[in-house]
Amino acid sequence: MPGLEDLYREIILDHYRAPRNRGELPVPPAAKAEGFNPLCGDEVVVYLALDPETDVVRDVKIGGQGCSISQASTSMMSAAVKGKPVEEARRLIRAFKALMSIHESKLEGESDGSDLSAELEGVRLGDLEALQGVVKFPVRIKCATLAWNTLQQGLDELEPADA
Amino acid sequence: MTDVLDVARIKADFPIFEREVNGKPLVYLDSAASAQKPRAVLDAMEYHHRHHYANVHRGIYTIAEESTAAYEGARAKMARLLNAGSTNEIVFTKNITEAMNLVAYSWARRNLGPGDVVVITAMEHHANVVPWHILVEERGIDLRWIPITEDFQLDLADLDRLLDGAKLLSVTAMSNVLGTLNDIRLLADAAHAAGALVNVDAAQAVPHLPVDVEAWDADFVGFTGHKMLGPTGIGGLWARAELLEAMPPFLGGGEMITDVRFDGFEPNEVPWKFEAGTMPFVEASGLAAAVDYLGALGMDAVRAHEKSLTDYALRALEERFEGRLHIHGPSDVERRGGAISFAFDRIHAHDVAQVLDEDGVCVRASHHCAKPLMRVLGVPATTRGSLYVYNDESDVDTLVESLAKAEKFFAI
Repeated sequence: MPGLEDLYREIILDHYRAPRNRGELPVPPAAKAEGFNPLCGDEVVVYLALDPETDVVRDVKIGGQGCSISQASTSMMSAAVKGKPVEEARRLIRAFKALMSIHESKLEGESDGSDLSAELEGVRLGDLEALQGVVKFPVRIKCATLAWNTLQQGLDELEPADA
Repeated sequence: MTDVLDVARIKADFPIFEREVNGKPLVYLDSAASAQKPRAVLDAMEYHHRHHYANVHRGIYTIAEESTAAYEGARAKMARLLNAGSTNEIVFTKNITEAMNLVAYSWARRNLGPGDVVVITAMEHHANVVPWHILVEERGIDLRWIPITEDFQLDLADLDRLLDGAKLLSVTAMSNVLGTLNDIRLLADAAHAAGALVNVDAAQAVPHLPVDVEAWDADFVGFTGHKMLGPTGIGGLWARAELLEAMPPFLGGGEMITDVRFDGFEPNEVPWKFEAGTMPFVEASGLAAAVDYLGALGMDAVRAHEKSLTDYALRALEERFEGRLHIHGPSDVERRGGAISFAFDRIHAHDVAQVLDEDGVCVRASHHCAKPLMRVLGVPATTRGSLYVYNDESDVDTLVESLAKAEKFFAI
């Protein structure tokens, strides 16, 4: 039986108590994306500014309210993608979602997880791996992925993904 | 505290309390969502399956007749529990949501048109909101809302104006979020004086209070089996016989007809007119056993037990957490039931429930299918502990200790 310490790792509680990059950016040039989890009322706001010359995520600001997992995940996401090339941010989105869905797809017998493991190849998740414990608590997975889905919306708004 | 109920003995009647969660005894505080089942209910359904399982109202053979007698017997027990004027005023449905929709689809579609007014309240469950929203879109009815006061009661200051010209008042007898008990008789008198009928959502009331539809002077009353110790899959609607007679069928199919021709059909008599297809008759046997179980305890005793335990819980929460934990509901136990919603300032309901689960404490953390009310309260979700016949002070004590742990864990 997974325990609370599997879910609420110290680094997660740290981001929850002291979220990084909270604030707003002027829109435009920044994009503002909002994510909502209607079931539990988690709300995530992501402001995103890109440097058009270098295609780098120049700045990220976050807002919103919700449970510790959703808010810590948002803070950790902002720290992870700030200053990174857009391409790398997109790779992180795919890798993080893979991290969250491997467990589920194994449970549902849809896959052995190998296709998802490919998304994780060569991606350094760093602190984000602390959120891996969330997969043992399936109802909380949506709390953790909300920030990343919202980031994706913001990126797609600024520069639509390749088909 | 001397309890009017012998909770230790009652708990022993519920097999689920033999299990543990995370190595801890199960502390079940989510009966407002769904209640646990006593052995008598499980046995009654197993007996029906093993002894006289056959479709009802169909077969001319012994076990089919026994099965039918059991099904109709459940209807009679339910009618007695609610003090209905006649057994045939009880229509079985899948749950109370279907009962509310039966009123909306059958009675309201026959009787309401553009501009006709339905009055509901800000503390309704979605089951008593969305069917009316659908009629706003489909028929152009006018939906009016009775607001709530700061002490979590219906704000009746404007009641006469709200009811003016209304065709229906549809109201909960007990809020599943706030625990607030509404004075149905007072509301029914006001509604009838204005020429409106009264539909009561009694999902939370029937399991926890003596309910008397005659004393309420209601016109429709919905209930659901699984919150009153019975199984899922069965609930129902009580309505005055003349209303049921005049209402058109809701779902079409087998059993709800007396004749079907190439050019039409004749509906069956009340209440079978509204019971299309094979009904949950095994579950009806379980429901009958639940009614017997509650009857043996006595609904007055159930209410007295929950009143004193709610009082104990409210005091314990207040003493332990003072202003840091907000209780969204009345403090006077005369005006409330045992569904207790609360929220810490800085800790989300889901995080609270997660910590409680580790201690085997089952509470609900959500909007409780009452999003309009959540908007009034200004919170996305609350944590709700709800009490029933198998809960005692030790359950409340465990809840309080576990909440203290959550508060410490998430201390900012």
